[in-house]
Amino acid sequence: MSDDVYVIGVDMIRFGRFDDATPPQLAAQAALMALDDAGLAIADMQAVYSGNCGETMVGQRMLQLVGQTGVPVVNVTNACATGATAFREGWIAIKAGLFDLVLAVGAEKMGKGMLVRRNTGGDPVPTEGLIGSSTMPAVFAQMGLEHARAYGTTMRQFAQVSVKNHHHSTFNPKAMYQKETPLEEVMGSEMISYPNTKLMCSVNVDGSAAAVLCSERKARELGVLGRAVRIRASALASDPFTERNLVMPDCNTVTRYAARSAYEMAGVGPEDLNLVELHDCFATAEIPHYENLGLCAEGEGGVLLDSGATTIGGRIPVNLSGGLLSKGHPLGATGIANIYEVATHLRGEAGKRQVEGARLGLTHVVGIGSACAVHILEKA
Amino acid sequence: MTNGAETEGGQQVAATYLGIADGRPFLKGSKCDACGQVYLGERINCAKCAARAAMQPVELSTKGHLYNYTIVYRSYPGITVPFISAIVDLEGGGTVKGNLIDIEPTPDNISFDMPVEVVFRGAELANPAAAGFVAHFFIPAKQGQPA
Repeated sequence: MSDDVYVIGVDMIRFGRFDDATPPQLAAQAALMALDDAGLAIADMQAVYSGNCGETMVGQRMLQLVGQTGVPVVNVTNACATGATAFREGWIAIKAGLFDLVLAVGAEKMGKGMLVRRNTGGDPVPTEGLIGSSTMPAVFAQMGLEHARAYGTTMRQFAQVSVKNHHHSTFNPKAMYQKETPLEEVMGSEMISYPNTKLMCSVNVDGSAAAVLCSERKARELGVLGRAVRIRASALASDPFTERNLVMPDCNTVTRYAARSAYEMAGVGPEDLNLVELHDCFATAEIPHYENLGLCAEGEGGVLLDSGATTIGGRIPVNLSGGLLSKGHPLGATGIANIYEVATHLRGEAGKRQVEGARLGLTHVVGIGSACAVHILEKA
Repeated sequence: MTNGAETEGGQQVAATYLGIADGRPFLKGSKCDACGQVYLGERINCAKCAARAAMQPVELSTKGHLYNYTIVYRSYPGITVPFISAIVDLEGGGTVKGNLIDIEPTPDNISFDMPVEVVFRGAELANPAAAGFVAHFFIPAKQGQPA
């Protein structure tokens, strides 16, 4: 018997704006949905790994709402990689043989508006707008323009990413938006940070997602391997030193580190994948990530997009959920919501957006600062 | 963090990596004795090679080239928009972010690798609420003067 770890229950709430709900309440909703999906109860969970960026002790406060079982709770924060990091902590614990069943949950309340690095001391005056910009639209605009600098990628190509992912979201009832956005509308919407227009920025929404992780031994005992999803790889990287990353965040190298580890661990390559959910926090990020994840050769990300290969029905569909651009991006939930999306395809339960015969999928998130998590999931 | 120094105009610096010598602002840098990496600002240990306490303080160049940019249209309340947020590689090492000014903020006017100069001006130029501070800005290098 192998020591593989399985996802035996996973779900997410429909992302949206829930002004009256607290993060623990959102977490509780997703947790109970994932437990129902697994046919288990909170009392069956031997530990809880909770991801959230904005508050403290969300895991415990969630248990106060669904059952205070006294199990270990670890609260995780790792920027936009928070949910995936919480999931991975659960995977590690089962791998280590400590537990057979754990719950990973991510929840976030975002509010509206832009995210900017907090000034936690040091700067004599606020630097935003005075010493360049640290808003996320600006940071990721530069990620796109660095690709344009190297390969001539156009604003039209970046905008087309948003057209594609919004199109995908029309097949996903759990996406915040389910609305087509034609190219002219994307390019003509309010310019936020060139070349990112408003429709090329991810949607700040509230949301939650959860997964039940299980050892192989326990999954056999429970007889749940039929709908289970095997975790073939779980990789996490921090940003290694690169020439400019202390001044201009480098999401490329950190992604390459995590992707390389994940492919090595799984013993598969990008050509083996049937679908990918990657971190399209801004439309400018997706094309460079095609190359970072090895979905195409260096410099051919724009060509891959133009070919339709990453669109629904294509060779390697990317962000069938609608992505962060249209499904929405509640930071702490995103990494587990990605896993929900891929798992749903591997189970053959993705409805109109189903990738037929999907056996292997990859999830990817990057948090500025930086953290990158990559998971490779397989139909059990 | 600004060691109490002021410019000749009585201004304080707007960032910890700005220094003032004889009333003139400059960009503070560090160079690793072990691997030679040059950084913006003061450091103790090396992020690249992890050498401990091997940093020498250096003054960074005021000449460089535009590595990357974006044109920011939506910023904080009170910030003058649009502005160009630029990433500049300095001659002799070091990368610094700042506003590229004295140029119309449109993509057609901006080219990668264009030579730029670092200048020091009153921060109220970009943020009226920051009056009394001096900040670094980039301007296109003057023609006939290779950066």
